[in-house]
Amino acid sequence: MRFLLKRLGFYALAAWVAVTLNFFLPRLMPGDPATALFARFRGMLAPEALDALRETFGLTEAPLVAQYFTYLGHVLKGDLGISVAYFPAPVLQVIANGLVWTLFLAGTALIVSFAVGTLLGVAAAWWRFGRVDTFVPPAAALVGAFPYFWLAMVVLYVFGFTLGWFPLGHAYGDSVAPGFNIAFLADVVRHAVLPVSTVVIATLGGWLLTMRNTMVSVLGSDFVGLAWAKGLPPRTVALRYAARNALLPSVTGFGMALGFVLGGSLLTEIVFAYPGQGYLLVQAVRGQDYPLMQGIFLVITLAVLGANFVVDLVSLWLDPRIRDSVS
Amino acid sequence: MSTQGTASGLALWADAVRHDRRAAFGAGVIAFFVLMAVFGPLLVGDPTELVGVPMQPPSAQHWLGTTGQGQDVLAQLVVGTRATLLIGFSVGLTVVFVGALIGVTAGYFGGRVDGFLSLLFNVFLVIPGLPLAIVIAAYLPSGPLTLGFVLVIAGWAWNARVLRAQTLAYRKRDFVAASVVAGESSWRIVTSEILPNMTSLLVSQIIGGTVYAIGAQVGLEFLGLGDVSAVTWGTNLYWAQNDSALLTGAWWTFAPTGVAIALVGFGLTMLNSGFDEITNPRLRLERAWRGFLLDRGHAPGRSTPVVRENV
Repeated sequence: MRFLLKRLGFYALAAWVAVTLNFFLPRLMPGDPATALFARFRGMLAPEALDALRETFGLTEAPLVAQYFTYLGHVLKGDLGISVAYFPAPVLQVIANGLVWTLFLAGTALIVSFAVGTLLGVAAAWWRFGRVDTFVPPAAALVGAFPYFWLAMVVLYVFGFTLGWFPLGHAYGDSVAPGFNIAFLADVVRHAVLPVSTVVIATLGGWLLTMRNTMVSVLGSDFVGLAWAKGLPPRTVALRYAARNALLPSVTGFGMALGFVLGGSLLTEIVFAYPGQGYLLVQAVRGQDYPLMQGIFLVITLAVLGANFVVDLVSLWLDPRIRDSVS
Repeated sequence: MSTQGTASGLALWADAVRHDRRAAFGAGVIAFFVLMAVFGPLLVGDPTELVGVPMQPPSAQHWLGTTGQGQDVLAQLVVGTRATLLIGFSVGLTVVFVGALIGVTAGYFGGRVDGFLSLLFNVFLVIPGLPLAIVIAAYLPSGPLTLGFVLVIAGWAWNARVLRAQTLAYRKRDFVAASVVAGESSWRIVTSEILPNMTSLLVSQIIGGTVYAIGAQVGLEFLGLGDVSAVTWGTNLYWAQNDSALLTGAWWTFAPTGVAIALVGFGLTMLNSGFDEITNPRLRLERAWRGFLLDRGHAPGRSTPVVRENV
């Protein structure tokens, strides 16, 4: 319990840092931020939109501290301002539309990549210097050297453009109406195959290497020797004794990898014109939609913090040492 | 102790490149691209000049074809190397410098200083890097300095964490305790006792930092957050995407740049792992042990052998 409270406190602190960064960012711009914003959006925005923008970010005449608390209040109420590009939709609503797709894309990719990569890692360590161990890790390292979005471009070019096996972009086709039915879901899956595979291919190597290296050292430990000595079948030794214990660093790495995978899937979304956060983000960057950009940053950060907390819960469940050390 | 650490660090590098195939391969690839960055722009024409019909596939005249605007892809690739590698290496150096400053301070002084600094880098580790870099870059004037700045902000924390742990380990060792007792200043202990012992770790972190910097920089430029009128690998890909290279089938506008990025990244990784094999006695020993067993017709075990005192 104390462990969880400590972690919660840490995430609260991280969230506060992110919010505070968000507050100071517009003030990084040279000159008076309010004037700079006004100059930038003159002609693009209705005056009332600009006022709403100013109000959300607390860009008023009030002293900085007062502005800061105004901003904190707005964030706590979920008011992240009005999107410039999607005026007059509030930022939170625009983000909510895209968030589902990003979570779906990054979540599926992360789980598939973790499962496949970890299993390959077990195989590589078990049949050490065998075929999997000789060819897969270097190949994964080579593939991992390519930028995510470049892999996405190649995959899209080969399987989408040249072979025509999969659609060229978007989350679902124009011909199906969104709804909870087989036709729509099948279409969503068909559209997700390429983007998900891209992220999986790019991140597989990391899981594989982590698992392989831990497994190699676990295989040398005494309790594995004992399992052999007891005459247990090799399958039991490999999976129930070695792999289970080697899994911990990978689970801990899961939280770390989240932010990275999310960043990569943002770029992948852009290539596939997939309507998630990344696509919104690049539109926000190109259209200088600052409220939307900052809102996306905040929401992504909070999502990563939340997921990290889930990872903490899982490792607490997996590793009794954490439980014992604090209670 | 200290001078020996530095000298053997450099000597080990030369050794790694001479004896390890992977390190030699990595060093060769990096040397090729560095030469390309330095001398390449003298050999090719102006990369922004419109030299032919847009979107032409590779031909005798334009070896890698032309872009959507009719520029020479090869010239863009070669000229782009300079800016990309320059930012890559300087950011790689800077993230390790910042990481060392904070990590070593935290590890050496411990207590409240450690508590605060550890909290700081842990917070930066958990905040997703790419979105953070994007929001900061969007507010600053676009250009190489902005790119470098945001990449350092988003990337220093990992190095700090690793270096803190390493410093903590050294802090407990006898030679550091001896220096403390001898009354050496903290500054001197850190710079001439602890840091020289971490030379190989620092170098491998600089290489890792460079790999990160090149990847992240290309990503940000691809989003249009760099200076889109400059010629770098990232802006090449930005323009390829912008000119709908994919939907017109113009693979030559994006394929060469991606291959170049991957080669540099892979070369750096190979250099690092080859070096690791040389400096890590455990890996070296394992190789020798495996050879020994295989020579006698035995199958080596699954795990890395561990040196025990009584063996």
